[in-house]
Amino acid sequence: METTTHDHEHVRLLKTEHPVGIVGYGAYVPRYRLPAREVARIWTAGTGGLPIEEKSVPGLDEDVATMSIEAARNALARAQIDPRDLRAVWVGSESHPYAVKPTSTIVAEAIGAVPSTQAADWEFACKAGTEAMVAAMGFVGSQMARYALAIGMDTAQGRPGDALEYTAGAGGAAFVIGPGEESLAEIESSYSFVTDTPDFWRRQYARYPEHGQRFTGEPAYFKHIISAGEAMFEATNTKPEDYAYAVFHQPNTKFPQRAGAMLGFKPEQVETGLLVPRIGNTYSGAAIIGLTAILDIAEPGERIMLVSFGSGAGSDAMVLRVTDRIAGKPELATRTEEYISRRTEIDYAEYVRMRGKLTMK
Amino acid sequence: MTNVVIAGIGQTPVNEHWDLSLRELGLQAMEAAMQDAGGLRPNALYVGNMLSGALSHQAHLGAMLADFAGLTGIEAAAIEAAGASAAMALRVGFLAVASGQVDVALVLGVEKLSDQVPAQVESALAMGTDADYEAEQGLTLTAQAALLAQRYLHEFKVPEHGLAGFSLTAHANGAHNPNAMFRKAVKPEIYASAAIVSAPLNMFDIAPNADGAAALLLTRAELLPPKFPHPLVEIAGSSAVTDTLALHDRPDPLTFNAARLSVERACAQAGILPNDADLFELFDAFSIYSALSLEAAGFSERGQGWVWARNGAIRLDGDLPIATLGGLKARGFPGGATGAYQAVEATLQLRGQAGGAQVPGAKTALVQSLGGPASTAVTHVLTIAQ
Repeated sequence: METTTHDHEHVRLLKTEHPVGIVGYGAYVPRYRLPAREVARIWTAGTGGLPIEEKSVPGLDEDVATMSIEAARNALARAQIDPRDLRAVWVGSESHPYAVKPTSTIVAEAIGAVPSTQAADWEFACKAGTEAMVAAMGFVGSQMARYALAIGMDTAQGRPGDALEYTAGAGGAAFVIGPGEESLAEIESSYSFVTDTPDFWRRQYARYPEHGQRFTGEPAYFKHIISAGEAMFEATNTKPEDYAYAVFHQPNTKFPQRAGAMLGFKPEQVETGLLVPRIGNTYSGAAIIGLTAILDIAEPGERIMLVSFGSGAGSDAMVLRVTDRIAGKPELATRTEEYISRRTEIDYAEYVRMRGKLTMK
Repeated sequence: MTNVVIAGIGQTPVNEHWDLSLRELGLQAMEAAMQDAGGLRPNALYVGNMLSGALSHQAHLGAMLADFAGLTGIEAAAIEAAGASAAMALRVGFLAVASGQVDVALVLGVEKLSDQVPAQVESALAMGTDADYEAEQGLTLTAQAALLAQRYLHEFKVPEHGLAGFSLTAHANGAHNPNAMFRKAVKPEIYASAAIVSAPLNMFDIAPNADGAAALLLTRAELLPPKFPHPLVEIAGSSAVTDTLALHDRPDPLTFNAARLSVERACAQAGILPNDADLFELFDAFSIYSALSLEAAGFSERGQGWVWARNGAIRLDGDLPIATLGGLKARGFPGGATGAYQAVEATLQLRGQAGGAQVPGAKTALVQSLGGPASTAVTHVLTIAQ
């Protein structure tokens, strides 16, 4: 496709000059789990509905840097490339350990990608990870780089007692983006739908995010996911039944189920990537760790639609097609389901300690 | 005969209008009312609103909305009486037109609640209570209604879910109203299993906060052309009465005395008895308010209002239909704009334009709005003009 024209009047689909795709992928989820009923026990005397079953909690020695390194190593194990061939290491998160000082240099150093590489951190609430992926597509698709590493990882914050505390989880995924002919899943196209919508935010120096409560639903999550998904259908002339799987940003169990139904997907197309009931909302990692669970079991030729959502707000939609090169790849690193099954349940008090919720001054 | 007639009505759907501001909502309702009245233009605008200052940082609604509607030059001001704001604006419009000082008055109820998060809205609504002695102590209108309901259920030995019929009736009726926030009948078992908001009130005992605007264009019948496009509804009676602001200052908190007096006075002016009304648009912000309002209007004995929720008399085919287009519970509760919706809906009934919710042969309607627990009560008697 020519870069100066659009192949559709309304939808400005992003397609690369040269085919690109996922050469390696890797997930990471910390082992600790806080059941939602524990949060309800402390804050609502156990009454009221629960948005998920349990969420993942990072251990005392874990943060977005260490977790990104875990996922990146898994992605490299599946990509089977020399880390020095990575020309970008990009980490999307809203819980970077430092306000100033990149997470990405820590990751790049740890995996051996330094010094001849780009490195930077991305921020777009929960879609920082897919934003890094789209940038990596451009980097590779223009042949500026053979490989680029895009990561979405979070240790999400929820104010004690807030609705978000039930779901704010930890985890994410890393992707080695590379040439289409080396890909286990080719990324056929992407489309982003962005508006200025203040549904959720965290101001500078604030410890916890704030949100517009019901405003986060219809005018934010659903508007952007559905708009991006429908635009993608239109631009690619595809229908829900053309896809084996669909995966969405998943802040709770109901939203992605409803978004899937609104776009015309059946529950069985959505359930494989729907991890939020068991690990919580991993923010920048949420949609893409769902994608890793799909890639763990996908067959060549199957199509996947991914639509992320980041508050503020926007959605990145991508269409992926699994290739023959998927064969044997899932076994090369820890599968997503293994991370999810590996669980140590904690109570609210342990959670308070691990997450540093009790500060005396 | 007061000779003041409702020449036009307009309303926006009641909902969370994320994409519409206070002024856009107001404009839609005003334009609809003027269009309904065949393009009649007002000399005065009276705006009923409670919370634009607290939630939208906008005061001076008279000038703002007259300006936005292209009506600069007319007389305009906002009237505030908590939940009864728009009903009070209707009364002011009625007085202005009846006096002969104003020929055509536009009455607008408008409220924009969804610009702030629910906790802030609840806190702002509590400004309608006594700030020093009630709100300051943490009391909200919902908590206060729950206390009233608790006392009522105890005092009169009301069985479990004894108030459910008010909510179920409202939802059944709202299903016929295209402007209602909730358009689905609710089964008793759904009511019974709903989450408690403030014991003993559950989610279905409490009207949902929402955005909306409704408008009525008032004039004197003789000023209209002989072949007016639709039947005229007359404001035959109008009364506003106050009670103590704080609930604890009343000798009997379970009596809505201002509601009683305003019904008596409005009916006396109209020359009717409450029983002559074919429907009663009462203020069901909370199910307990419905019971107490029925008692205050004299439709039932003290402590027996809840029985009406059980016996079907309040349904569309009953002796005294209430909340005929969904009431506050199903149509939604757009704060101080509510009274305008109630009057617009009663007008639709009397014109025979209420669709599936039509009360057959309705000729007289009682319409009552409350500010807080009837600290203000405004009642209008509407009749189909002869």
